[in-house]
Amino acid sequence: MEKLLLLGDEAIAQGALDAGISGIYAYPGTPSTEITEYVQRSKQAREAGVRSAWSANEKTAMEAAIGMSYAGKRAMVCQKHVGLNVAADAFMNSAVTGANGGLIFVSADDPSMHSSQNEQDSRYFGKFAMLPVLEPSNQQEAYDMCHYGYELSEKFGTPVLMRITTRLAHSRADVIRKETKNQNEAKLPQDLKQFVLLPAIARKRYKLLLDNQKNFEDASENSGFNKYIDAEDKKIGIITTGIAYNYLMENYTDGNVPHPVLKITQYPLPKKMVEKMAEEVEQIYIFEEGYPIVEEMLRGFLDKGVNVRGRLDGLLPRDGELNPNIVAKAMGKEITKGNPVPDIVKPRPPKLCDGCPHIFSYNALNEALAEHGDGRVMSDIGCYTLGALEPYNAINSCVDMGASVTMAKGAADAGMHPVVGVIGDSTFTHSGMTGLLDCINDKTPVTIMILDNETTGMTGGQKSSALGRLEQICLGLGVEKEHLHVINPVKKEHEANVELIKKELAYEGVSVIIPRRECLVTLTKSKRAAKKSK
Amino acid sequence: MKKDIILAGVGGQGILTIAATIGYAAVASNLYLKQAEVHGMSQRGGDVQSHFRLSDKPINSDLIPEGRADLIIAVEPMEALRYLPFLAPDGWLITNTTPFVNIPNYPDMEEVLAEIDKQPNRVALDADRIAKDLGAPKAANIVTLGAASKVLGMEMEALEKSLHTLFGSKGEKILNDNIAALRAGREFADKNI
Repeated sequence: MEKLLLLGDEAIAQGALDAGISGIYAYPGTPSTEITEYVQRSKQAREAGVRSAWSANEKTAMEAAIGMSYAGKRAMVCQKHVGLNVAADAFMNSAVTGANGGLIFVSADDPSMHSSQNEQDSRYFGKFAMLPVLEPSNQQEAYDMCHYGYELSEKFGTPVLMRITTRLAHSRADVIRKETKNQNEAKLPQDLKQFVLLPAIARKRYKLLLDNQKNFEDASENSGFNKYIDAEDKKIGIITTGIAYNYLMENYTDGNVPHPVLKITQYPLPKKMVEKMAEEVEQIYIFEEGYPIVEEMLRGFLDKGVNVRGRLDGLLPRDGELNPNIVAKAMGKEITKGNPVPDIVKPRPPKLCDGCPHIFSYNALNEALAEHGDGRVMSDIGCYTLGALEPYNAINSCVDMGASVTMAKGAADAGMHPVVGVIGDSTFTHSGMTGLLDCINDKTPVTIMILDNETTGMTGGQKSSALGRLEQICLGLGVEKEHLHVINPVKKEHEANVELIKKELAYEGVSVIIPRRECLVTLTKSKRAAKKSK
Repeated sequence: MKKDIILAGVGGQGILTIAATIGYAAVASNLYLKQAEVHGMSQRGGDVQSHFRLSDKPINSDLIPEGRADLIIAVEPMEALRYLPFLAPDGWLITNTTPFVNIPNYPDMEEVLAEIDKQPNRVALDADRIAKDLGAPKAANIVTLGAASKVLGMEMEALEKSLHTLFGSKGEKILNDNIAALRAGREFADKNI
């Protein structure tokens, strides 16, 4: 079959397409974005009519996918780990409704927080919802597990969670394709009340979920993805999860590890395999990319049973992603290291591009607020979060999508005035609109600045759901016309912008100011594309 | 055959183009390949790196162990130094010497060059100037790749073929600029290694 060179993300996308999905639903979020982008660019997807446009947020994405599953077709949802928090209500309940058409949720975790606010481990969510979890160790498995995942999903009528981490998402390797499957025909669920989670039905469905646990465990034992690799030296046995397996193998020529290895890539944990290891070896080392979830399970609360070592006893660092050197050290192997980084090398943090519209928005806001003192700006998640750094020092919060608007409201409710919420256009339609409605219903004295660069900038310029709709949305929610302003964030408008912001800061109700100018990165891209098409 | 390469630079300097050029050549030679990239926030003018692994045997880790890289190919001199812990004792440092100054505390250039000179195996070239002299100012990344090609152990022909794949659809000038850039970098390495 055809061999392709794919990012882990792209391998998942190709796997889902070849497994016959009818739709993919997502909101952009590093490191998951490239899955959906691949489908959007794919000729195969276009020809098969696979829907793939961006959703307003992860919750709307997941609900739409559950609807597609209800109608009997295969669907995929992609999000970053914190995106799964946004979709958590749909996610938890989908475990109870079960699936009709095959349903895979991909959650891309970001240990070491390369582009994230935390390093939460989505496997806990899988365990919480009691769903099967797939955790591929390489790009080929990521591809293969899409085929398997949809079969598993339809066989047991359950959604399946696929958990990946940054290094797999953003690393390229060879992937060999399998045969392409046709899409499912539309087909209603056998029981038309399956998805009606009224308490009486939910209680029945929940029992079915509990009964299904045995099936999920059997699948983990028998699917072939979890492997027990025996070896002579039983002083130590090693359990790896996901890509940690590669870091272990890297340290042994031709992968000849002298100790038994249990390679985990599917959950619930295969109990018989874990029991076998616990019976045969003196000590178990556990290498997990993420939180020590398997380690916690094996230790138990009293930690008096099996002799286990891992992140909780200092064999490995408690936080951050793993790498070959960390695993080498844990295995007592010699550590190689080059020369140290010379002292003259300075950090080079990311920054706003030269000429970025956000720069001019922050310059105007800082000047307008100068007379009131620091600490009055709640902000949000996007390129504009870089406004927290030098030379702007313009914002005082970044918690979760949409929290700028609602935190500004809370601070205003506490008596702070003026208070500003700074949010991007795409973040606003993701989760800012409902907070703004709260402000309006309460007539809270806040000034909301929606920095409209007409794209989802930080993740690489995906189409924003807010495009061309912001004024209508604000007016529809009830923002007063005379307190809704669109300004141009450029140098020559600076004085006028400062004056306008000052005036609205003084207003004892809800004001919305929209500085609007296209992101320079997408502008350059679209200009280049236009030139090429000429 | 095994080559572990750290590609280094600043977001937007074209290290992924270097990676793609080597990548196409590797695939054509039936080598195994793994390439870990940096996407997301740090692309905005921050330091970026890519771990690029080539081998005639299957590759395990997506990341190169510290002290094991055969080459660092850097499009920016201070960024070349940031990854020294990855370089093997007999590894090569190939770097452009034109600094990309977008931080207020960028170190003194003489000190940067002195640190580069401390490396036993190095090729330091002003790839920006060479590219400008060729009338191809955007191809400094490919000049740097050309300088690395000698140590990389890849045929020039294979790399040029990759450039055809990458730039063939972008017009003759861009393609020829990049081929000239690759050759100029190689010429520098031939004279200086």
